Amino acid sequence: MRGKPIIEIENLFHTYMKGTPMEHVALKGTNMVVNEGECIAIIGHTGSGKSTLIQHFNGLIRPDSGKVIIDGIDLSKKRIDIKALRRNVGLVFQNPEDQIFEKLIGDDISYGPFKLGLPIKEVRERVKWAMNMVGLNFEEMKDRQTFALSGGQKRKVALAGILALKPKILVLDEPTAGLDPKSRNELLDKIKSLNKIENLTVIFVSHNMEEVAYLADRVYVMANGKDVLSGTPIDIFTDKEKLQRYQIGTPETVQALYRLKDLGYNVDTSAFTISEAADEIIKVLTNGEVENHGK
Amino acid sequence: MEPIIALENVSFSYKINETHEVSVLKDVSFSIFPGEYVAIIGHNGSGKSTLSKHLNGLLTPGSGDVWVRGHNTKDASRKLDIRKAVGMVFQHPDNQIVATIVEEDVAFGLENIGVPREEMKQKIDEALEVVKMSEFRKRPPHHLSGGQKQRVAIAGVLAMQPDCIVFDESTSMLDTFGRNEVLQVMRKMNTMGMTIITVTHRMSEAAEADRIIVVEDGKIVMDGKPRDIFKHKEVLMELQLDIPAVSQIAEMVHIQIPNFSKELIQEEELINEIKRVSKARSGEVV
Repeated sequence: MRGKPIIEIENLFHTYMKGTPMEHVALKGTNMVVNEGECIAIIGHTGSGKSTLIQHFNGLIRPDSGKVIIDGIDLSKKRIDIKALRRNVGLVFQNPEDQIFEKLIGDDISYGPFKLGLPIKEVRERVKWAMNMVGLNFEEMKDRQTFALSGGQKRKVALAGILALKPKILVLDEPTAGLDPKSRNELLDKIKSLNKIENLTVIFVSHNMEEVAYLADRVYVMANGKDVLSGTPIDIFTDKEKLQRYQIGTPETVQALYRLKDLGYNVDTSAFTISEAADEIIKVLTNGEVENHGK
Repeated sequence: MEPIIALENVSFSYKINETHEVSVLKDVSFSIFPGEYVAIIGHNGSGKSTLSKHLNGLLTPGSGDVWVRGHNTKDASRKLDIRKAVGMVFQHPDNQIVATIVEEDVAFGLENIGVPREEMKQKIDEALEVVKMSEFRKRPPHHLSGGQKQRVAIAGVLAMQPDCIVFDESTSMLDTFGRNEVLQVMRKMNTMGMTIITVTHRMSEAAEADRIIVVEDGKIVMDGKPRDIFKHKEVLMELQLDIPAVSQIAEMVHIQIPNFSKELIQEEELINEIKRVSKARSGEVV
């Protein structure tokens, strides 16, 4: 059983540059409930409002109208404990450059814990732990300059900086964009263990359907500023009509299986993993033989 | 044929503090020829982004030379010719969007090289059409999503009509549809004769290219056709890379069904192989 709701969004609206000729409505009545300990993926076409939505989770954007309750804090109220909110909700941006500002890696990751007023020994422990979580060697990397890092390494530093705050809710905007296959798989495993073992609530925006299938308990699909569909990855990726309507991609495996299905092969399109997909193909190829025997 | 870009014994280091530097490129040599579609792969920190920044003189070698259309990238007087010949699209569109309206952003490069007004409009129209962003031309770019911004950035480079475009992980921020659109654009531009170089972490994307260059620890460790490169699964795994999902599936099917080819790299090939084997199997029985 999952815990009680930790994020409740009801009929949320947000408009950028209100009252100007460039006014743009990004959210048009979005609803969402996230329970404690869940891992939720938010997917949707570019411009569907995903990034605007998640910036409400730690109060970077306040609701124009509608209800946003994060871990008991009602963001539609004027006076809220924004510090408590930011302590509980760690938001990792899509561009790591947006949140790395110190010259040295170790300084950058320790900035948050220092601001929390933690003793230096604990800060050091947290930085070490966070760097280990994202696969950066503490001794080797702590005194490296941040500007000379590769894109993937910067992403790891940005994530470590947030993890060092030990948030209850981790919000990630495209967590593995720019990572090589090995770093990507390692990071996905780390996120999974943070979620399953440390019981961190995880919400991530992704366009990578392989990682949605691998990580998420539930998926919300955004389109045109609204949540249009939600369910388990199997619910979502087997609903071909809706995949088409909302232009949702599928994992590469599912994509190939759908093509086979269209060609008249009897395959199960909910086979996400490589080995499941291979099994489906083997089944089709060997079943064909059995059927023909019967003729 | 004359290469469009030639690297000769290129080495490059970043200074990390007063006393230390990290050597990123180590004696790299290769050539890119007109009309090629090349994918550069390598793990994070292998040096591939630094390498790609050498291809149009954004960085110049510590030692060795890079020649673009016969001009040395160290020759500052040739900078404009070099940048005109080789355009670059980066991973983060925010770093390359400068104007407050989409069409003005696309126009930025053209204005800089003094393209006449009428011609400029036509070039902007064409470029926005290719990346499917025409309906956004009057919108401010900073309120677009990552994928949309990236397409605007690509339009900006496209409008300059370079001979070669380097995509430095330019699809890594895009959703499946955005990525497929950009990949189609890349393929289309390539068939029209443009040289395409793409730096990517997605093996299925590298499989689309005609040639793959594998970078490890600042050196070129493999250079060849995708089909040949992806035969070396163990080596790639050691280099923290992978083979495309299609190749992995093919390999597993091959173990159970030996006449199913294990050397597949694209989805199209997988589908065709299934058709072939399935037909052959029913043929066997009848």
